[in-house]
Amino acid sequence: MTTVDYVLRLGDDALITAQRLGAWYAAGPEMEEDVALANIALDQLGAARLLLTYAGEREGAGRDEDALAYQRDAAAFRNCRLVEQPEPDFAAVIAKLLLLSAFQLPLYEALAAGADERLAAIGGKARKESAYHLDHSTLWTLRLGDGTDESHERMQAAIDALWPFVDGLFSGEGGPVAPAAIRPAWTSTVEDVLKRATLSVPAPVAEPAGERPHLVELLAEMQELHRAHPGARW
Amino acid sequence: MTPREAVAAVVDPELRVVTIDELGILRDVETDEHGHVTVTITPTYTGCPAMDVIRADIGAALRAAGHGDHEVRTIFAPAWTTDWISAGGRDKLAAAGVAPPGPSGGPVALSIGVRCTHCGSPDTEQLSRFGSTACKALWRCRACGEPFDAMKAY
Ligand SMILES: [Zn+2]
Repeated sequence: MTTVDYVLRLGDDALITAQRLGAWYAAGPEMEEDVALANIALDQLGAARLLLTYAGEREGAGRDEDALAYQRDAAAFRNCRLVEQPEPDFAAVIAKLLLLSAFQLPLYEALAAGADERLAAIGGKARKESAYHLDHSTLWTLRLGDGTDESHERMQAAIDALWPFVDGLFSGEGGPVAPAAIRPAWTSTVEDVLKRATLSVPAPVAEPAGERPHLVELLAEMQELHRAHPGARW
Repeated sequence: MTPREAVAAVVDPELRVVTIDELGILRDVETDEHGHVTVTITPTYTGCPAMDVIRADIGAALRAAGHGDHEVRTIFAPAWTTDWISAGGRDKLAAAGVAPPGPSGGPVALSIGVRCTHCGSPDTEQLSRFGSTACKALWRCRACGEPFDAMKAY
């Protein structure tokens, strides 16, 4: 039996990712990349809407996708901490997308064949999009990792900075596919890409404990309009 | 006009030259014994912003054809694929300057078979796999130098 928290976790991962990527619109290294990041943000938002709608139905308390996205505080968000980390440069955007899509693709594929019919439909749809995200982040990781001294250095720094949050991808349970079951596939994908990009695979690091200031800040911006004008429409 | 005919004539708000029927977005139109019409559609991409417009356009088309009692359902399985675009739809896309997609089956775009929509040359390259809408990629012709949109195999 799928739990509300399990669905929220996946939906929140996608929602926070969409919000972070949206901030890069018109700030990418070239116009084609702005369009690519906006497209990927839209894919993530689309998956988030389906997942949050489903989470709200499972909860049965009358909360729809908007209520869940705009009316929860940081403490109620179930996303892994990887997705809320700041992106100080483009290398960080790519590193995060690589680590995330290498997880989302096999997870959605497994869900598509899983016992929860609703998650199977969502996974069957989203996996096609994830394949593009993984492909895109892989190409950029190769280009930056195996590029100039500076691009290599920045790409490695981005991977190193995100590595403490890798374990969080695989935590949680309560659904037809345990995130932990995805780890072998993820490891083989990510290690292969990093190697080909002449980047090193960092040693395991424990996730730092404590507050989540980045998430609080992100939500303050994302929820501001809705909190000031509940139910506002275009 | 039957409900099916009215709905099938609705054009895609982003691609404009093809109908939702030709694109394969329209999955079913059913009318029960009380005249209640149920339309079933499926999105191209999960985040496709055109879906809200498509739902509104379907409603308007049904009302105009005298079928006010209707609902629009959205389903996600089986997932849409570019293989569902009809032959007629492909011709219309090509005529409008959007290269139709090759067979689906993976994210690796087939670099062969995408012909320039301006001069027809097969000597083309992909500039970016993401284009002006979620369903398109940006290509360039090496023969005439012009950029053009191609629908991603999906
Ligand atoms: Zn040409």
